[in-house]
Amino acid sequence: MITAGIDIGAKTIKVVLADDGKVLAKSLVPAGIDTAVATRQAFDQALSAAELSRDQIDRIMATGTGRKDCPLTDDEITEVGAAAKGMNHILKTCRTVIDVGAEEGRTLRCDETGKVIDFAFNEKCAAGAGTFAEGMARALQVPLVELGPLALTSKQAVQMNAQCAVFAESEVVTLIHAKTPRQDIARAVLDAIASRIISMVRKVGFEKDVALIGGVARNPGFVEAMKRGLEMDVHVPEDPEYVGALGAALAAAGAD
Amino acid sequence: MSEKKEFWRWKEYRWHDESIDWKGADIISAGVDIGSVSSQAVIMADGKLYAFSNQRTGFDSPESANQSINWAMEGTGLTLKDIHYTVGTGYGRVNVPFADKALTEIACHARGGNFMYGPSVRTILDMGGQDCKAIRCDERGKVEAFLMNDKCAAGTGRGMEVFADLLSVPIEEVGELSLSVEEEPEPVSSTCVVFAKSEASALLREGWPKNKVLAAYCAAMAHRVVTLLERIEVKKDFAITGGIGKNSGVVKRLEQELGLESLKSNYDSQIAGALGGALFAQALEKKRRSV
Repeated sequence: MITAGIDIGAKTIKVVLADDGKVLAKSLVPAGIDTAVATRQAFDQALSAAELSRDQIDRIMATGTGRKDCPLTDDEITEVGAAAKGMNHILKTCRTVIDVGAEEGRTLRCDETGKVIDFAFNEKCAAGAGTFAEGMARALQVPLVELGPLALTSKQAVQMNAQCAVFAESEVVTLIHAKTPRQDIARAVLDAIASRIISMVRKVGFEKDVALIGGVARNPGFVEAMKRGLEMDVHVPEDPEYVGALGAALAAAGAD
Repeated sequence: MSEKKEFWRWKEYRWHDESIDWKGADIISAGVDIGSVSSQAVIMADGKLYAFSNQRTGFDSPESANQSINWAMEGTGLTLKDIHYTVGTGYGRVNVPFADKALTEIACHARGGNFMYGPSVRTILDMGGQDCKAIRCDERGKVEAFLMNDKCAAGTGRGMEVFADLLSVPIEEVGELSLSVEEEPEPVSSTCVVFAKSEASALLREGWPKNKVLAAYCAAMAHRVVTLLERIEVKKDFAITGGIGKNSGVVKRLEQELGLESLKSNYDSQIAGALGGALFAQALEKKRRSV
């Protein structure tokens, strides 16, 4: 059975095509202004990568914050449900999934079958989401993809006082004026996001194995900050931003 | 080449009362409020407002404090040594090099609010650049209770600056423009300023005019502050200080939601903290002389 999982996030749309758990193709496009157009575009890209046509897809399932607006299907699964299912498929021993996207942070605990036991999320505040890193990278005049590697070269931890992304931007400017090394500021920024996420994770609790997914998991400086904060190793899957879409594709295959 | 206009940048200014001869005063006192966004210096002559300045805080707090007081003294013939007692307040209060004492901005706002709005004021809402405080005080301007949000830009002047820039509307014009809508739109639903900004961009793309977007944001800001006020229980009379006190778009909507009008004053709403500091300084100088 060939299924498609579509994850409509705040900033990007991810599509995974799978055949009984085996990934056939993936695609990612910016959400842009018109979600419906971008979703169709992402879906068509995945189809052509897999050399499939639309009528060969047995079932489509949507997830993500924009899942209700998916133009291709009415079938949907929550972000948390999809993340747990996707991660369980990748790593059976995973019991905690931390998902950090552009505008939301989520954490969940699941059992050995990938069933969600408990979860929490933050969608109200940009601190603790990818947007925060984006804003700070802009203030530091560093491309976002270089923020993590830059932070890894830091030798000195600097404390950020501001929690709010708007206030933190002023604080970063103040630190730059105080001649604080840029790598130390980069680390402080990523430590700040990690600390917000970890306080949410602690409320729900966590146990091994812990997986970190979502686009922000691509940032090696953030992954280090999470390891430091949680005082344990965290597993980052190969394509951390596709886990939700994979989970949705698997759910589509399992649903009746 | 055109320079990028900074719509958030509000006008800095100074003032002094030319009808007062400070040389005849017994006590010259000063209050310097170093806020996270703006700094004010107030000079009083025998308990009367004599001079003040209002400017943006720089990266160096002691330097901002020096600039503030020097600007307030400009053209008056006053020098630092003519001022008998100075109180520093605001988040940079320990960084006022020439201050005799540092006091919290909560105490100073209550005292200054009492002077500006009269002894009937019981609740003061100070909407500052990076925080928002609800203060309850007695008829002498003594603090009875307070609540504050300094963690989040929603409901602060910084949030409004972000919107002024986004919509390319000078910040002083935001309030009036937001009131020019024919019908009140739904408030912006995001609390976070970063997310509210994305929401506003989407509304603009949908074709909303600037005044409607600003109305939606001013309403959201008013609502956010009302939830803070409700936690402290608003008692009459009610007054609003700080920079947002000058934004009619937020003030009117806030009054409407509260079902309560705020007192108006001839004094500048941004100098409440520094004014309170100068009043404390005057009392402290009197005390010093009596010992």
